[in-house]
Amino acid sequence: MTDERVRPGVIQAVPVRHPGRWVTIAILAVIVAMAVNSVVTNHNWGWGFQRDNAFTSSVLEGLRNTLWLTVASMVIGLGLGVLIAIMRLSSNPVLSSTAWLYTWAFRGTPVYVQLLIWSQVGSLYKQISLGVPFGAAWFTFDANTLIPAFAAALLGLGLNEAAYMAEIVRAGLISVDHGQREAADALGMPRLLTMFRIILPQAMRVIIPPTGNETISMLKTTSLVVVIPYYELLFNAEAIGHRTFKPFPMLIMASLFYLALSSILMVGQYYLERYYARGAARALPMTPVQKVLRRVGVGSAM
Amino acid sequence: MVKADNVRKSFGRLNVLKGIDLEVAPQEVCCLIGPSGSGKSTILRCINRLEHIDGGRLWVDGALVGYHERGGKLHEMREREVAAQRRSIGMVFQRFNLFPHMTAAGNIMEAPIRVSGMSKGEARDRAEELMTRVGLKDKLHAYPSQLSGGQQQRVAIARALAMKPKLMLFDEPTSSLDPELVGEVLDVMRGLAEDGMTMIVVTHEMGFAREVGDTVVFMDEGVIVESGDPKQVLTDPQHQRTKAFLSKVL
Repeated sequence: MTDERVRPGVIQAVPVRHPGRWVTIAILAVIVAMAVNSVVTNHNWGWGFQRDNAFTSSVLEGLRNTLWLTVASMVIGLGLGVLIAIMRLSSNPVLSSTAWLYTWAFRGTPVYVQLLIWSQVGSLYKQISLGVPFGAAWFTFDANTLIPAFAAALLGLGLNEAAYMAEIVRAGLISVDHGQREAADALGMPRLLTMFRIILPQAMRVIIPPTGNETISMLKTTSLVVVIPYYELLFNAEAIGHRTFKPFPMLIMASLFYLALSSILMVGQYYLERYYARGAARALPMTPVQKVLRRVGVGSAM
Repeated sequence: MVKADNVRKSFGRLNVLKGIDLEVAPQEVCCLIGPSGSGKSTILRCINRLEHIDGGRLWVDGALVGYHERGGKLHEMREREVAAQRRSIGMVFQRFNLFPHMTAAGNIMEAPIRVSGMSKGEARDRAEELMTRVGLKDKLHAYPSQLSGGQQQRVAIARALAMKPKLMLFDEPTSSLDPELVGEVLDVMRGLAEDGMTMIVVTHEMGFAREVGDTVVFMDEGVIVESGDPKQVLTDPQHQRTKAFLSKVL
């Protein structure tokens, strides 16, 4: 019976129209065109002036300081943060309350104030000594020479960051299923080995996205070290702006540098996340490069 | 191999084990059965000190679990010593607990390399041999997420065997598997029993208990109600509670 009936075939329906989309596109196109026009034709943007100053030694030196302050304080923040997170989760009450106290103090005060305090440690302690507690001092340093401006900047940013990173790492650690620790225990793995081989690698999936956030945030927070005073990208760019009475183009130039750097960081984060996702999905998603290659027909299909 | 003498354990005010006496001989396969909440998983977890006992004595291979006895006093073991003690006990979990960021081979090789100091080459050979034994030779480089439940549990068994344990503990190894995957895991366990491994198995698989078990122990509400030869306990139970339980599961 059924084979005598004409059976429905491939569907060729008329798609729903979206006239609203075209209207939106038209409106946005006009706005973008106006913005581009004003940016290109208004000389106050000073594109030529920006280009002339972008690669001067002063700007590049500021850029170098921004970069290495970001990297070094994030390294301090991450290293110390992991340590504090592990301490916080320890069953030893002395360790966990010390960790709690650290987070409380460094997260509860503005990083701006912390930078100022580090820059003025010299007025609090004239000399810093190494020796027997409450007893003889073997080595004594002058506080101002022991903590020069760059060290104050690094301490201020790094120690503050550690408080935030500690909470991020702790979130990652407690997100790992308890069965993982039991499995490692049952295999006779010692506690530290379990932490670094089993728990932390799995926690990384949770830790990386907010750490990327923190890194990009740090890139910009470095501009606060001017209060120490220490100089970096924004400080040097503004200095040029003040000297030439053209502050605005220099602010835009600094912003473009910050944008470029955070874009690079985002790419790095993408690949880091991909690395720690291994085993989490059946197959890793294609990278943008792989997608392009496949579109062009070079890469192998998944 | 395992001896429990009046073992007690409570979680807060809940008494989970109310004086367990148990003896498992070398090469014996002992199946623990009973309703959920009866304490069968807890006794298993006490044997490799994932839980601490509150009373009684527990020995594995002649040594007290988790304590040293010196001058009539018990001294708690250091963590390092507990870890060393656990190495001779393999454990298989209900939910596999494979390390998801490592391949099957990585899971198996981790403890032998990092804990026992085995060379990488030797550990790789051992992983290959164990994966062949559980019938998964071609899955050495698969991640757990790429394996079925039954395959994951077989890798978990291989991982436990990699430390050359004298005793294997199975905590409901087939309870989270699809019915059609249960057989492949039981087959691997049957093979282990035939090779003379001492095993304590918490299970709901009465067929397995009857066929492979040397003894069956029926637990209810923290006590051992009855134990003995599987054929006798499972077909002709002496206690009312055993009869009631078996009438529900058989």
